[in-house]
Amino acid sequence: MISTDIAIIGAGPVGLFAIFEAGLLKMRCHLIDYLPQVGGQLSEIYPKKPIYDIPGYPTVLAQELIDNLMEQGKPFHPGFTLGERIEGLEKRGEADFVLTTNMGTIIESKVVVIAGGLGCFEPRKPVVSGLEQFENGRGVNYMILDPEQYRGQKMVIAGGGDSALDWTIFLADIVDELTLIHRSESFRGAPDSVNKVMALAESGRINLVLNSNLNSVTGNGRLENVEIIHNKTLETTTVATDHLIPLFGLSPKLGPIEQWNLNIHKSAIEVNTDDYSTNIPGIYAIGDINTYTNKLKLILCGFHEAALMSHSAYQYMNPGIKYTMKYTTVNGVSEF
Amino acid sequence: MEANNININVQNPDGSIVTLEAPIDMGLSLMEYLKACEYDILATCGGMALCATCCVDVLEGGDKLHEMSDDEYAMLDTLPDVLPNSRLACQLQLNADMDGLTVKLHDGLN
Repeated sequence: MISTDIAIIGAGPVGLFAIFEAGLLKMRCHLIDYLPQVGGQLSEIYPKKPIYDIPGYPTVLAQELIDNLMEQGKPFHPGFTLGERIEGLEKRGEADFVLTTNMGTIIESKVVVIAGGLGCFEPRKPVVSGLEQFENGRGVNYMILDPEQYRGQKMVIAGGGDSALDWTIFLADIVDELTLIHRSESFRGAPDSVNKVMALAESGRINLVLNSNLNSVTGNGRLENVEIIHNKTLETTTVATDHLIPLFGLSPKLGPIEQWNLNIHKSAIEVNTDDYSTNIPGIYAIGDINTYTNKLKLILCGFHEAALMSHSAYQYMNPGIKYTMKYTTVNGVSEF
Repeated sequence: MEANNININVQNPDGSIVTLEAPIDMGLSLMEYLKACEYDILATCGGMALCATCCVDVLEGGDKLHEMSDDEYAMLDTLPDVLPNSRLACQLQLNADMDGLTVKLHDGLN
């Protein structure tokens, strides 16, 4: 079990700067991020893009900013759990929070700071009534973890992006029957993949259904049939199948955080701008994931929020102790 | 109407159309403008063509819009139910050619 003063969910720029601000007040941080590296969307999505509105930097590359923030936090020896997602949050006894990840890692902290940015990228689900009843091992999956489990079975894949094409090509050799449904009449994916899928369809190895959408799913406790509707003729056809894999890309979602009884408005966590605390004492939300009147989703605003949060967290952890703010220009940065 | 404004028509779910005067000299995208007008758009990703929560169906004036970038096309291509006239509002920078554009927020994309 990991034990820390502040557990920070999200290792983007704002979470990383919170290490520094908390460190000045002698509080230790442990950061958890679902991505395998620190930096959040800056490192994952646009590492080479210049950012122009970081105070003091006329221009800085996203990844450079992250590297600098890591350097700045170093004296305070933060801990990291990467590639894992926080699933559970429990308040244990009077004081402490216990966080659990999807991999079973347990982190105990006095304060929790949610700096989750956009949230987690989760598979986008199509609107098809009854789909949920076949989730969780009853035939409908939104990602493919172990292709071998489909060997010799019947499968329907829905979607037209690169991942739908790539999986179709890969699974054509493994499954017994494969149907690919795409809403449009052509694919815009990598030309090589498109050609391969077309060749598979021509040779009869897969059943390619274009200009069509999923209409309904039926089965008795387990998925048995998928009904497909042609989006021009509105004609329906039924395909018997063991599995349905809708592959419609990923969409950022709050995820398990939504279940923690925090006040949420339009997928963002409501905070008190005095200190960026949430409605639950001891839990704060900073950066793009929070919302308040006149909120600006800017990294520089997240930095400010991290500073105010840290001072409030200090008071929360040390009630009754009078703390006066000190400048780094006067005191420097004392490592611990 | 001021010289630097254009008309954007937004169709509400009940079919009625509201005409908005949008500035073209502020570097706003259609998504940013609709959000500023308090339309119910999440725009989670802030305009990077990553979340598709700003998807609109273009009812009129689609021919005057610039072509899609690969990023926009790739995103729209992965969605389950977009229409041939669907676009990502975050990728549409407001400009004079868009005067008279009519859009409707795409259903069911959140």
